[in-house]
Amino acid sequence: MLLQDKVALITGATRGIGLATATLFAQEGAQVVISGRSLENLEEARARLVAAVPAARISALLLDVAKPDSVRDAFQALFKQASRLDALVSNAGVLDDALIGMVTEAQLERVFRTNTFGVCYCAQYAGRWMARNGSGSIINLASIIGTNGNAGQAVYAGSKAAVIGITRSLAKELAPQNVRVNAIAPGFIDTDMARSIGPEKFAARVASVMMGRVGQPEEVAKVALFLASDLSSYVTGQTIGVDGGMLI
Amino acid sequence: MSNSEKLYNAFAHALHIDPQRISDALAYNSIPEWDSVAHMALVAEIETVFAIMMDTDDIVDMSSVGKAKQIVAKHGIAF
Repeated sequence: MLLQDKVALITGATRGIGLATATLFAQEGAQVVISGRSLENLEEARARLVAAVPAARISALLLDVAKPDSVRDAFQALFKQASRLDALVSNAGVLDDALIGMVTEAQLERVFRTNTFGVCYCAQYAGRWMARNGSGSIINLASIIGTNGNAGQAVYAGSKAAVIGITRSLAKELAPQNVRVNAIAPGFIDTDMARSIGPEKFAARVASVMMGRVGQPEEVAKVALFLASDLSSYVTGQTIGVDGGMLI
Repeated sequence: MSNSEKLYNAFAHALHIDPQRISDALAYNSIPEWDSVAHMALVAEIETVFAIMMDTDDIVDMSSVGKAKQIVAKHGIAF
Protein backbone atom coordinates (compact mmCIF):
# COMPACT_ATOMS: atom_id res chain seq x y z
CA MET A 1 0.00 0.00 0.00
CA LEU A 2 1.30 3.41 -0.97
CA LEU A 3 0.37 5.29 2.20
CA GLN A 4 0.72 2.63 4.88
CA ASP A 5 0.66 4.28 8.33
CA LYS A 6 0.89 7.78 6.88
CA VAL A 7 -1.29 10.47 8.42
CA ALA A 8 -3.18 12.60 5.91
CA LEU A 9 -5.42 15.60 6.51
CA ILE A 10 -7.90 16.43 3.78
CA THR A 11 -9.87 19.67 3.89
CA GLY A 12 -13.31 19.89 2.31
CA ALA A 13 -13.49 16.13 2.59
CA THR A 14 -17.21 15.58 2.99
CA ARG A 15 -17.97 15.24 -0.72
CA GLY A 16 -16.61 15.38 -4.25
CA ILE A 17 -12.86 15.36 -4.81
CA GLY A 18 -12.13 15.54 -1.08
CA LEU A 19 -14.23 12.51 -0.23
CA ALA A 20 -12.83 10.55 -3.18
CA THR A 21 -9.32 11.38 -2.05
CA ALA A 22 -10.07 10.37 1.52
CA THR A 23 -11.46 7.06 0.28
CA LEU A 24 -8.45 6.29 -1.90
CA PHE A 25 -5.98 7.30 0.80
CA ALA A 26 -7.77 5.04 3.29
CA GLN A 27 -7.65 2.18 0.81
CA GLU A 28 -3.92 2.74 0.55
CA GLY A 29 -3.41 2.38 4.30
CA ALA A 30 -3.37 5.99 5.44
CA GLN A 31 -4.78 7.22 8.70
CA VAL A 32 -7.13 9.80 7.25
CA VAL A 33 -8.36 12.93 8.97
CA ILE A 34 -11.32 14.40 7.15
CA SER A 35 -12.32 17.97 7.81
CA GLY A 36 -15.20 20.22 6.96
CA ARG A 37 -17.44 22.95 8.31
CA SER A 38 -20.47 20.80 9.19
CA LEU A 39 -20.41 18.14 11.88
CA GLU A 40 -23.41 16.47 10.30
CA ASN A 41 -21.73 16.26 6.90
CA LEU A 42 -18.52 15.01 8.50
CA GLU A 43 -20.36 12.20 10.27
CA GLU A 44 -22.10 11.26 7.03
CA ALA A 45 -18.79 11.26 5.14
CA ARG A 46 -17.13 9.23 7.85
CA ALA A 47 -19.90 6.63 7.68
CA ARG A 48 -19.51 6.41 3.90
CA LEU A 49 -15.76 6.00 4.25
CA VAL A 50 -16.05 3.26 6.82
CA ALA A 51 -18.61 1.49 4.63
CA ALA A 52 -16.28 1.70 1.64
CA VAL A 53 -13.12 0.81 3.55
CA PRO A 54 -14.08 -1.14 6.70
CA ALA A 55 -10.49 -1.26 7.96
CA ALA A 56 -10.05 2.48 7.53
CA ARG A 57 -8.71 4.60 10.35
CA ILE A 58 -10.76 7.77 9.99
CA SER A 59 -11.10 10.73 12.26
CA ALA A 60 -13.06 13.90 11.69
CA LEU A 61 -12.16 17.47 12.44
CA LEU A 62 -14.38 20.55 12.32
CA LEU A 63 -12.49 23.10 10.29
CA ASP A 64 -13.37 26.25 8.40
CA VAL A 65 -10.23 27.01 6.39
CA ALA A 66 -11.37 30.60 5.83
CA LYS A 67 -11.01 31.33 9.55
CA PRO A 68 -7.48 31.46 10.97
CA ASP A 69 -8.66 30.69 14.50
CA SER A 70 -10.47 27.60 13.25
CA VAL A 71 -7.35 26.45 11.41
CA ARG A 72 -5.23 27.02 14.51
CA ASP A 73 -7.63 25.13 16.76
CA ALA A 74 -7.93 22.24 14.30
CA PHE A 75 -4.19 21.82 13.88
CA GLN A 76 -3.55 22.07 17.60
CA ALA A 77 -6.23 19.43 18.20
CA LEU A 78 -4.74 17.23 15.51
CA PHE A 79 -1.26 17.72 16.99
CA LYS A 80 -2.53 16.31 20.27
CA GLN A 81 -4.02 13.21 18.68
CA ALA A 82 -1.50 12.42 15.94
CA SER A 83 2.24 12.10 16.27
CA ARG A 84 2.87 13.33 12.76
CA LEU A 85 1.35 14.71 9.60
CA ASP A 86 2.58 13.26 6.33
CA ALA A 87 0.18 14.73 3.81
CA LEU A 88 -2.14 17.71 3.61
CA VAL A 89 -4.64 17.96 0.80
CA SER A 90 -5.99 21.53 0.73
CA ASN A 91 -9.15 20.84 -1.17
CA ALA A 92 -11.77 23.05 0.48
CA GLY A 93 -13.05 25.54 -2.04
CA VAL A 94 -16.02 27.61 -3.12
CA LEU A 95 -17.30 28.68 -6.50
CA ASP A 96 -19.15 31.97 -6.87
CA ASP A 97 -19.16 33.21 -10.44
CA ALA A 98 -20.12 36.63 -11.76
CA LEU A 99 -19.17 38.93 -14.60
CA ILE A 100 -16.59 41.40 -13.41
CA GLY A 101 -18.98 44.32 -13.40
CA MET A 102 -21.22 42.51 -10.96
CA VAL A 103 -18.63 41.16 -8.55
CA THR A 104 -19.29 42.31 -5.01
CA GLU A 105 -16.79 42.85 -2.25
CA ALA A 106 -18.52 40.11 -0.29
CA GLN A 107 -17.96 37.65 -3.16
CA LEU A 108 -14.30 38.56 -3.38
CA GLU A 109 -13.89 38.14 0.36
CA ARG A 110 -15.68 34.81 0.49
CA VAL A 111 -13.92 33.23 -2.47
CA PHE A 112 -10.42 34.39 -1.64
CA ARG A 113 -10.78 33.66 2.07
CA THR A 114 -11.65 30.04 1.39
CA ASN A 115 -9.78 29.22 -1.82
CA THR A 116 -6.60 31.20 -1.22
CA PHE A 117 -6.25 32.33 2.38
CA GLY A 118 -7.33 28.89 3.54
CA VAL A 119 -4.51 27.28 1.59
CA CYS A 120 -2.02 29.63 3.27
CA TYR A 121 -3.41 29.14 6.76
CA CYS A 122 -3.28 25.36 6.50
CA ALA A 123 0.17 25.37 4.90
CA GLN A 124 1.53 27.48 7.74
CA TYR A 125 0.77 24.82 10.31
CA ALA A 126 1.27 21.76 8.15
CA GLY A 127 4.53 23.06 6.71
CA ARG A 128 6.01 23.73 10.12
CA TRP A 129 4.91 20.37 11.44
CA MET A 130 6.22 18.48 8.43
CA ALA A 131 9.50 20.40 8.51
CA ARG A 132 10.03 19.32 12.08
CA ASN A 133 9.51 15.70 11.02
CA GLY A 134 11.80 16.13 8.02
CA SER A 135 9.27 15.05 5.42
CA GLY A 136 5.81 15.67 4.09
CA SER A 137 3.69 16.46 1.08
CA ILE A 138 1.32 19.39 0.69
CA ILE A 139 -1.15 19.14 -2.16
CA ASN A 140 -3.14 22.22 -3.07
CA LEU A 141 -6.19 22.07 -5.29
CA ALA A 142 -5.95 24.72 -7.98
CA SER A 143 -8.06 24.63 -11.16
CA ILE A 144 -7.82 24.82 -14.91
CA ILE A 145 -9.69 28.10 -14.46
CA GLY A 146 -6.70 29.32 -12.46
CA THR A 147 -4.22 28.36 -15.19
CA ASN A 148 -6.29 29.44 -18.22
CA GLY A 149 -8.91 31.89 -16.96
CA ASN A 150 -12.52 31.93 -18.08
CA ALA A 151 -15.15 34.54 -18.83
CA GLY A 152 -17.35 35.20 -15.82
CA GLN A 153 -14.93 33.53 -13.44
CA ALA A 154 -12.37 36.24 -12.75
CA VAL A 155 -12.67 35.95 -9.00
CA TYR A 156 -12.48 32.17 -8.90
CA ALA A 157 -9.65 32.23 -11.47
CA GLY A 158 -7.72 34.74 -9.40
CA SER A 159 -8.17 32.74 -6.24
CA LYS A 160 -6.93 29.57 -7.93
CA ALA A 161 -4.09 31.25 -9.86
CA ALA A 162 -2.89 32.52 -6.50
CA VAL A 163 -2.86 28.95 -5.24
CA ILE A 164 -0.40 28.06 -8.00
CA GLY A 165 1.90 30.94 -7.05
CA ILE A 166 1.68 29.98 -3.40
CA THR A 167 2.47 26.38 -4.29
CA ARG A 168 5.58 27.28 -6.29
CA SER A 169 6.85 29.57 -3.54
CA LEU A 170 6.21 27.12 -0.74
CA ALA A 171 7.91 24.39 -2.72
CA LYS A 172 11.08 26.46 -2.78
CA GLU A 173 10.75 27.50 0.85
CA LEU A 174 10.14 24.02 2.23
CA ALA A 175 12.31 21.91 -0.07
CA PRO A 176 15.34 22.10 2.25
CA GLN A 177 13.21 20.43 4.94
CA ASN A 178 12.17 17.68 2.50
CA VAL A 179 8.60 18.94 2.36
CA ARG A 180 7.17 18.80 -1.15
CA VAL A 181 4.42 21.16 -2.29
CA ASN A 182 2.45 20.60 -5.48
CA ALA A 183 -0.85 21.61 -6.96
CA ILE A 184 -3.49 19.80 -8.94
CA ALA A 185 -5.46 21.72 -11.54
CA PRO A 186 -8.65 19.77 -12.22
CA GLY A 187 -10.64 20.48 -15.33
CA PHE A 188 -14.33 19.74 -15.43
CA ILE A 189 -14.99 17.19 -12.68
CA ASP A 190 -18.36 15.70 -11.81
CA THR A 191 -18.93 17.25 -8.40
CA ASP A 192 -21.82 19.04 -6.74
CA MET A 193 -19.93 22.28 -7.34
CA ALA A 194 -19.67 21.56 -11.08
CA ARG A 195 -23.34 20.54 -11.26
CA SER A 196 -24.32 23.81 -9.60
CA ILE A 197 -23.80 25.68 -12.89
CA GLY A 198 -26.93 24.14 -14.40
CA PRO A 199 -27.51 21.47 -17.11
CA GLU A 200 -26.96 23.69 -20.17
CA LYS A 201 -23.65 25.07 -19.03
CA PHE A 202 -22.69 21.61 -17.82
CA ALA A 203 -23.22 20.17 -21.30
CA ALA A 204 -21.29 23.03 -22.88
CA ARG A 205 -18.37 22.40 -20.57
CA VAL A 206 -18.33 18.69 -21.39
CA ALA A 207 -18.24 19.62 -25.08
CA SER A 208 -15.00 21.49 -24.46
CA VAL A 209 -13.27 18.40 -23.12
CA MET A 210 -11.23 16.60 -25.78
CA MET A 211 -11.83 13.25 -24.09
CA GLY A 212 -15.54 13.92 -24.49
CA ARG A 213 -16.61 13.28 -20.94
CA VAL A 214 -16.64 14.86 -17.51
CA GLY A 215 -13.88 13.74 -15.16
CA GLN A 216 -14.58 11.76 -12.04
CA PRO A 217 -13.44 12.81 -8.55
CA GLU A 218 -11.59 9.49 -8.27
CA GLU A 219 -9.42 10.49 -11.23
CA VAL A 220 -8.26 13.55 -9.36
CA ALA A 221 -7.78 11.49 -6.21
CA LYS A 222 -5.36 9.20 -8.05
CA VAL A 223 -3.09 12.16 -8.81
CA ALA A 224 -3.35 13.27 -5.18
CA LEU A 225 -2.28 9.76 -4.20
CA PHE A 226 0.74 9.99 -6.51
CA LEU A 227 1.71 13.33 -4.97
CA ALA A 228 1.18 12.17 -1.39
CA SER A 229 3.17 8.98 -1.85
CA ASP A 230 6.85 8.30 -2.40
CA LEU A 231 6.08 7.71 -6.07
CA SER A 232 6.57 11.46 -6.42
CA SER A 233 9.55 11.75 -4.06
CA TYR A 234 11.43 14.11 -6.40
CA VAL A 235 8.43 16.16 -7.54
CA THR A 236 7.83 19.58 -6.04
CA GLY A 237 6.54 22.97 -7.17
CA GLN A 238 4.47 21.43 -9.97
CA THR A 239 0.90 21.96 -11.06
CA ILE A 240 -0.54 18.83 -12.60
CA GLY A 241 -3.57 19.21 -14.83
CA VAL A 242 -6.28 16.58 -14.58
CA ASP A 243 -8.58 17.79 -17.31
CA GLY A 244 -9.03 15.25 -20.09
CA GLY A 245 -7.64 17.75 -22.59
CA MET A 246 -10.14 20.45 -21.75
CA LEU A 247 -9.93 23.60 -23.86
CA ILE A 248 -10.72 26.98 -22.39
CA MET B 1 16.67 20.63 33.91
CA SER B 2 14.24 23.52 34.47
CA ASN B 3 11.99 24.77 31.73
CA SER B 4 13.97 28.01 31.57
CA GLU B 5 17.13 26.01 30.97
CA LYS B 6 15.34 23.97 28.31
CA LEU B 7 14.25 27.15 26.59
CA TYR B 8 17.69 28.73 26.75
CA ASN B 9 19.22 25.55 25.35
CA ALA B 10 16.67 25.58 22.54
CA PHE B 11 17.73 29.13 21.66
CA ALA B 12 21.43 28.22 21.84
CA HIS B 13 20.92 25.15 19.67
CA ALA B 14 18.70 26.79 17.05
CA LEU B 15 20.70 30.01 16.77
CA HIS B 16 24.09 28.28 17.07
CA ILE B 17 25.26 30.64 19.79
CA ASP B 18 26.88 30.21 23.19
CA PRO B 19 24.26 29.74 25.94
CA GLN B 20 26.06 32.44 27.92
CA ARG B 21 24.80 35.00 25.40
CA ILE B 22 21.17 34.22 26.13
CA SER B 23 19.05 36.22 28.52
CA ASP B 24 15.38 37.15 28.65
CA ALA B 25 16.30 40.49 27.07
CA LEU B 26 17.83 38.96 23.95
CA ALA B 27 15.69 40.25 21.07
CA TYR B 28 14.86 39.18 17.54
CA ASN B 29 17.16 40.74 14.94
CA SER B 30 19.42 42.14 17.68
CA ILE B 31 22.14 39.69 16.72
CA PRO B 32 23.02 38.42 13.23
CA GLU B 33 22.30 34.84 14.25
CA TRP B 34 18.61 35.56 14.99
CA ASP B 35 17.18 36.49 11.61
CA SER B 36 13.92 35.41 10.01
CA VAL B 37 15.30 32.09 8.75
CA ALA B 38 16.76 31.27 12.15
CA HIS B 39 13.48 32.35 13.73
CA MET B 40 11.61 29.51 12.02
CA ALA B 41 14.30 27.03 13.05
CA LEU B 42 13.96 28.38 16.57
CA VAL B 43 10.21 27.91 16.52
CA ALA B 44 10.68 24.32 15.36
CA GLU B 45 13.18 23.71 18.14
CA ILE B 46 10.91 25.16 20.82
CA GLU B 47 7.90 23.24 19.54
CA THR B 48 9.91 20.03 19.59
CA VAL B 49 11.44 20.56 23.02
CA PHE B 50 8.11 21.39 24.65
CA ALA B 51 5.91 19.21 22.38
CA ILE B 52 3.61 22.09 21.50
CA MET B 53 2.22 23.68 18.35
CA MET B 54 2.43 27.44 18.44
CA ASP B 55 -0.13 29.86 17.10
CA THR B 56 1.00 31.71 13.96
CA ASP B 57 0.37 35.06 15.67
CA ASP B 58 2.62 34.02 18.54
CA ILE B 59 5.42 33.15 16.12
CA VAL B 60 5.26 36.67 14.75
CA ASP B 61 5.04 38.13 18.27
CA MET B 62 7.99 36.13 19.64
CA SER B 63 10.29 39.12 19.71
CA SER B 64 12.55 38.18 22.63
CA VAL B 65 13.51 35.30 24.88
CA GLY B 66 11.29 36.74 27.59
CA LYS B 67 8.37 36.90 25.17
CA ALA B 68 9.05 33.31 24.17
CA LYS B 69 8.64 32.30 27.81
CA GLN B 70 5.23 33.99 27.93
CA ILE B 71 4.15 32.26 24.73
CA VAL B 72 5.31 28.82 25.77
CA ALA B 73 3.66 29.34 29.18
CA LYS B 74 0.31 29.64 27.37
CA HIS B 75 0.66 25.94 26.55
CA GLY B 76 0.75 24.97 30.23
CA ILE B 77 4.52 25.06 30.60
CA ALA B 78 5.55 26.71 33.87
CA PHE B 79 8.60 28.96 34.17
